[in-house]
Amino acid sequence: MLNLTINGKSITAESGTTILAAARSAGIRIPTLCYLEKSEPTGACRVCLVEVSGARTLCTACSMPVADGMEVQTNSPKVRAARRQTVELLLSEHDGNCQICDRNQDCELQNLASELGVREIPFEGEKAEARIDASTPALVRDNSKCIKCRRCVTVCSAIQGVGALQPQGRGFDTVIGPAFTLNLDGVACVQCGQCAAVCPVGAISERSHVEGVWAALEDSSKTVVVQTAPAIRAALGECFGYAPGTLVTGKMASALRALGFDGVFDTNFTADLTIMEEGTELLTRLKRALVDGEDVPLPMFTSCSPGWINFAEYYYPQFLPNLSTCKSPQQMFGAVAKTYYAQKIGVKPEDMVVVSVMPCTAKKFECQRPEMHASGVQDVDYVLTTRELGRMIKEAGIDFRALEDTEMDVPLGLSSGAADIFANTGGVMEAALRTAYELITGRPLPMDNLHVQPVAGLTGIKSASIVLEDLLPEWAFLEGVELHVAVSHGLANTRKLLEKIRTGEAKYHFVEVMTCPGGCIGGGGQPRLTDDAIRCKRMDAIFAEDEGKPMRKSHENQAVQELYKDFLGEPLGHRSHELLHTHYHAKEPV
Amino acid sequence: MTEALKGCMCTETMTEAEMLSELGDLTAEYRDKPGGLIPALQVAQSRFGYLPESVLRQIAKDFDKSYSEVTGVVSFYSFFSTTPRGRHTVRVCLGTACYVRGGKEVLAAVRKELGIDVGETTEDQQFSLDVGRCFGACGLAPVLMVDDDVHQRVKPSKLGALLKAYQAEPVAEEVVA
Ligand code: SF4
Ligand code: SF4
Ligand code: SF4
Ligand code: FES
Repeated sequence: MLNLTINGKSITAESGTTILAAARSAGIRIPTLCYLEKSEPTGACRVCLVEVSGARTLCTACSMPVADGMEVQTNSPKVRAARRQTVELLLSEHDGNCQICDRNQDCELQNLASELGVREIPFEGEKAEARIDASTPALVRDNSKCIKCRRCVTVCSAIQGVGALQPQGRGFDTVIGPAFTLNLDGVACVQCGQCAAVCPVGAISERSHVEGVWAALEDSSKTVVVQTAPAIRAALGECFGYAPGTLVTGKMASALRALGFDGVFDTNFTADLTIMEEGTELLTRLKRALVDGEDVPLPMFTSCSPGWINFAEYYYPQFLPNLSTCKSPQQMFGAVAKTYYAQKIGVKPEDMVVVSVMPCTAKKFECQRPEMHASGVQDVDYVLTTRELGRMIKEAGIDFRALEDTEMDVPLGLSSGAADIFANTGGVMEAALRTAYELITGRPLPMDNLHVQPVAGLTGIKSASIVLEDLLPEWAFLEGVELHVAVSHGLANTRKLLEKIRTGEAKYHFVEVMTCPGGCIGGGGQPRLTDDAIRCKRMDAIFAEDEGKPMRKSHENQAVQELYKDFLGEPLGHRSHELLHTHYHAKEPV
Repeated sequence: MTEALKGCMCTETMTEAEMLSELGDLTAEYRDKPGGLIPALQVAQSRFGYLPESVLRQIAKDFDKSYSEVTGVVSFYSFFSTTPRGRHTVRVCLGTACYVRGGKEVLAAVRKELGIDVGETTEDQQFSLDVGRCFGACGLAPVLMVDDDVHQRVKPSKLGALLKAYQAEPVAEEVVA
């Protein structure tokens, strides 16, 4: 342990700790811009300057390790002046048009300028020319807003293992982006939006569907229904000043009604449906492998996360037969809404508009895939991120905090707690085990409060196993089998896991993959900036939502049972196959 | 440029397909070495003369790197070129001494004479244009280099003749390593 003082306050810290980390744990704030939790500091922005007695120049707190006897000043006149000048320089090269910027009031640069008391920009810097890249369905990039902090570079390569964004060129002319001056569609970007989630400014954002949704809501010839992903209820509150981890399910339903949606439904409903289909698919694969001795692709991988699907299509085509053929809950919802529900209320699929609210940008890509027209028209028309929904609610002048709690509509708004946990890494696995175990044994999953602890939490790769015993007669072929499962989140972690599976180092029956760190609660479309502390709070909220429900298992969802009885037939049946399942294509990694 | 010269160049230039078929062997030894990307790019460039997109994409695949990362390296070092280089490289010095003694005017004149910008190559593949920072001949500024020849006290008005002398050289002297 080392002893040092920060602003005169005595502090002990382990050696290797940075000044920034030591200050934060002592409750002292140092502003940062390029710093990204748990990543190698790049020292790119120099906003975190502090004074260290004895040092000739100011130091960057995010990269400087503490030393014994160190005396640090985070708030001297010299420090304040230097930080302010750093930000003034950034602003002098910045195309600052805050009033019409996507990040207005939600911008780290803007906040810093305010916090550091910048009142003029004394230099006239050379400003980069605006070059808008709207080449992909999910994201829009605007290089003129980029402050070259390189957070997106770190996330895309170190966390997602994709490396689509890299510094190009050198010196002042450096541009942070895809190869040379290509647009994002010229490289193998998986559309996850993690770059947009960490960008401190308006240089990368989701491609907005807000205008399309307003137009649909105004069109009296359309029936407009909305589905909300499980992760939204644990994050939307942050757009309205609630603490991270505040559940706002009831207020969200009221807000959607106030916006004018004709049906306020839940992607949870089709999360339960996914478990019925995917669970059956897993058991069928196991039966074919164990009883019929067929060469069945195992492990089976979950397929809910469209960034992961893109990743597999680009980098691991050999595993495409292992992906569950289940569409994601978003797409199952679109297909069910425009067939089953549309028939029920006597509306033609082409007169129905399905809007999704997703924590995810890749969902904007997914809904436009040509395979996603099971109803005869595009099944999901518009995808709003959590942030976009927050903006629409504000635009409509709705006082969110004053709203009453209301329930989602029936039937597509009913769901079990198992559906809620789809939002968390490990949640799809837990939901699947809750149902599959009970299906084959006739007993509930023998785990404390139905939680599969080993696959919960923020560890990058997790695994668990369970021995199947005392099975119902029709599942006797699984008697004594030890079921091995694994869970990964973040695509760099996933790559590691896939390599282990590819080389035979690890063997599993079932693997859950979520593209974003923490799962959907940490998605590229969630309120910014998401760090691990916020991930944990959102995950806890999701578990609380699950535990608060009378119905905790997908197969108990009566609305789903009715859907099978009246319309689909049985899991993996003919109609399910047409509406709820899909196929994948290898893509050349460009 | 005469049509005859153009024709000659074509037979000497490798097609991208030829480059791709050679590339694997050329860079094999660097693949599993840490930091092997830059030497591999250097070897490929000196064999092919430049690094077209197809070659860079293949290198990215072979080295298990993203295309953006490979182009990031290529665009960082001015040594690498993604367009075919001309037979001759003209480099205008813009070091301080040359700059104040007319280097800028020389550069403008070369750009006009060749009809290309810095980093580009003439359509007939005869000349590529670069700028440099001091060739160690400051006393006789402004200085310009064509390949390995240093030309001192260059006058913009004499540039046409100077460059023409290179253009007239027989193609047989072409150097392909
Ligand atoms: S990125 Fe931030 S500082 Fe720049 S224009 Fe947008 S809101 Fe303003
Ligand atoms: S969307 Fe994901 S893969 Fe694409 S550039 Fe951003 S971080 Fe990289
Ligand atoms: S795009 Fe955003 S995150 Fe990436 S370097 Fe620029 S400002 Fe930073
Ligand atoms: S936050 Fe320390 S240099 Fe950017």
